[in-house]
Amino acid sequence: MYSYSDFDEAFVRARVAQFTDQIERRLDGSLTEDEFRPLRLMNGLYLQLHAYMLRVAIPYGTVSPRQMRQLAMIADTWDKGYGHFTTRQNIQFNWPKLPDVPAVLTALADVEMHAIQTSGNCVRNVTADHFAGAAADEIEDPRPYAELLRQWSTDHPEFQFLPRKFKIAITGAPKDRAVTKAHDIGLRMVRNAAGETGFEVIVGGGLGRTPMIGMVVRAFLPVEDLLPYVEAVLSVYNVLGRRDNKYKARIKITLHETGQTEITRQIEARFAELKPLFGGQDQRLLADIRAAFAPPVFRTAPTDAFDAFYRADPVFRSWADTNLSPHRNDQYAIVTVSIKAHGQTPGDATSDQMRVLADLAETYGHSDLRISHEQNVILPHVHKSDLPTVHAALVKAGLGTANVGLISDIIACPGMDYCALATARSIPVAQEIALRFNELQLEHDVGPLKIKISGCINACGHHHVGHIGILGLDRAGVENYQITLGGDGSEDAVIGEKTGPGFAYDQVVPAVERIVLAYLGLRQSAEETFLQAYARVGIGPFKAALYEADARDAA
Amino acid sequence: MSVLVTDTGFAPLPPAPQTGVADLAHTDDPAALNLAGLTLIRVHVPAFSDGRGFTIGRRLRMLGYTGTLHAVGPMIADQYPMARRVGFDAVEIPDEIAARQPQSQWLTRASWQAHDYQARLKA
Ligand code: SF4
Repeated sequence: MYSYSDFDEAFVRARVAQFTDQIERRLDGSLTEDEFRPLRLMNGLYLQLHAYMLRVAIPYGTVSPRQMRQLAMIADTWDKGYGHFTTRQNIQFNWPKLPDVPAVLTALADVEMHAIQTSGNCVRNVTADHFAGAAADEIEDPRPYAELLRQWSTDHPEFQFLPRKFKIAITGAPKDRAVTKAHDIGLRMVRNAAGETGFEVIVGGGLGRTPMIGMVVRAFLPVEDLLPYVEAVLSVYNVLGRRDNKYKARIKITLHETGQTEITRQIEARFAELKPLFGGQDQRLLADIRAAFAPPVFRTAPTDAFDAFYRADPVFRSWADTNLSPHRNDQYAIVTVSIKAHGQTPGDATSDQMRVLADLAETYGHSDLRISHEQNVILPHVHKSDLPTVHAALVKAGLGTANVGLISDIIACPGMDYCALATARSIPVAQEIALRFNELQLEHDVGPLKIKISGCINACGHHHVGHIGILGLDRAGVENYQITLGGDGSEDAVIGEKTGPGFAYDQVVPAVERIVLAYLGLRQSAEETFLQAYARVGIGPFKAALYEADARDAA
Repeated sequence: MSVLVTDTGFAPLPPAPQTGVADLAHTDDPAALNLAGLTLIRVHVPAFSDGRGFTIGRRLRMLGYTGTLHAVGPMIADQYPMARRVGFDAVEIPDEIAARQPQSQWLTRASWQAHDYQARLKA
């Protein structure tokens, strides 16, 4: 993986010093609270409900064992012994004290990490396919481009005070695991007729208050034009984006108000001006970065042990069926470690668990770890013969849950338990759904089903693209949960449809249960997934299951 | 009153030249400006949190303007390197900011060429 150049190293150290100085200048009154706020945010420090929260970037989701151990150390030293993996490939520490923040940032810099631009109205941590460099369906590893974008966007002088936050996601595979269509800029690698690689550039996707699927502004962008083109998009947005209303400030609204044709024209015109300013140094850097992401040297060894174990051990088999994905080398598998044990907080890992993951990656996983936007941890390269050992170690650490892609593999934002903006709880809803379906022993039978929960309209839990989406609102001081169905964050991205009136807190789990039982009743076979069945029958039967029983009971 | 901030620190604002000066608002399109004969362009920034001025400065340089370029408004010392990097020569700040953020705080950020990813990527 990429390791810092002297330049990166010096940059990150200088940045820690700058932020330390900014904290002091806030305390001595040189900076007003209003002036300090954006500086604090662009260094990853949020003010939450109960305390400060530090959001640390895990660029394109890639983290080394050494870095993971350092995160564990930080959790033990300055937090309460755990960290929270987020939907944007970050890790959040919920309890740091302001005076400790410089020390935490220094500890991060010691392992080539930072919290830069994980918040604020700037270009955020660039996210990527968490199976990058391992997936069987990939055209090219997107991470070198993501690293190039990281360097380009870091402290970009023109774009530190944008109208609003700006998120970029990138994937190198046709199967979209990075939700590119719900980002301000989504980059999907494609091939043109000549077989050359480039990007389909999607602009203006986003969830939040006004969910929108992005529009294609360039069907094929040669890879070498990436930086000037992205810079052109940002430059146009910085001028056109609204600053009078923060709910209308994202580029998705700019795109809608300006029109796709006009904004595309402006982007192309700006791109023509910018392209000559890139003299080729970015491409030379890209070549170096690519070399750093060279695939590991894969081992060749028999895989019979795996096959035998798979036949003999039902617990292992169940885990292998849900938590493994095809690797480009057929002796290998991609392991998704579920951070969603039934009843636990989705995405929370203890420092001990982080250390176990680091050890496993080092011993069995070519020292590579990933964080997924679905809040799980990936061991992207594990030889099949090592899987039984890896599984046993995971089980011992409470990390062996066989539920990836199933109903209890829920994305939930922090909600009312931590977040100052929340209108409802989200973590306990996730915990109760997971416990209920575990009790029913139904989730393997139900098959692939993505539930996503947000604790307010900002939609950090991606509920709009959940197969079942749950949005917690506040109705006159009482939590009320709106349900959407049929959302999809994949390459066929769709925003889910509202079922109707919302549900009280204690009615959410029964409502989800009715939806799932309705699906089991109407699917044509066990092979027809929830999403396929939904596409076939529409929302009608689910509405009936949700609301008619109530109406009958009331009558 | 205002203070002029450059790489060497604070200075009183010199009298503006009689001719060749243009003032741009943060909402103006630099491409609409006739650059011929201009020696000083002042880009007005209404609030430090409004980043449009950075794009205006940058575009003026991209359009070929080589004269003096000032950003004018309540910017903070932490933005000095950004202003310099997009092509401004100096920043004109109100007295209130100059009093709260004295010269030393701006000088700390005067080495704006250091640690600049853009310079590295655009060579
Ligand atoms: S969706 Fe709302 S409650 Fe949840 S993390 Fe985002 S802002 Fe907070």
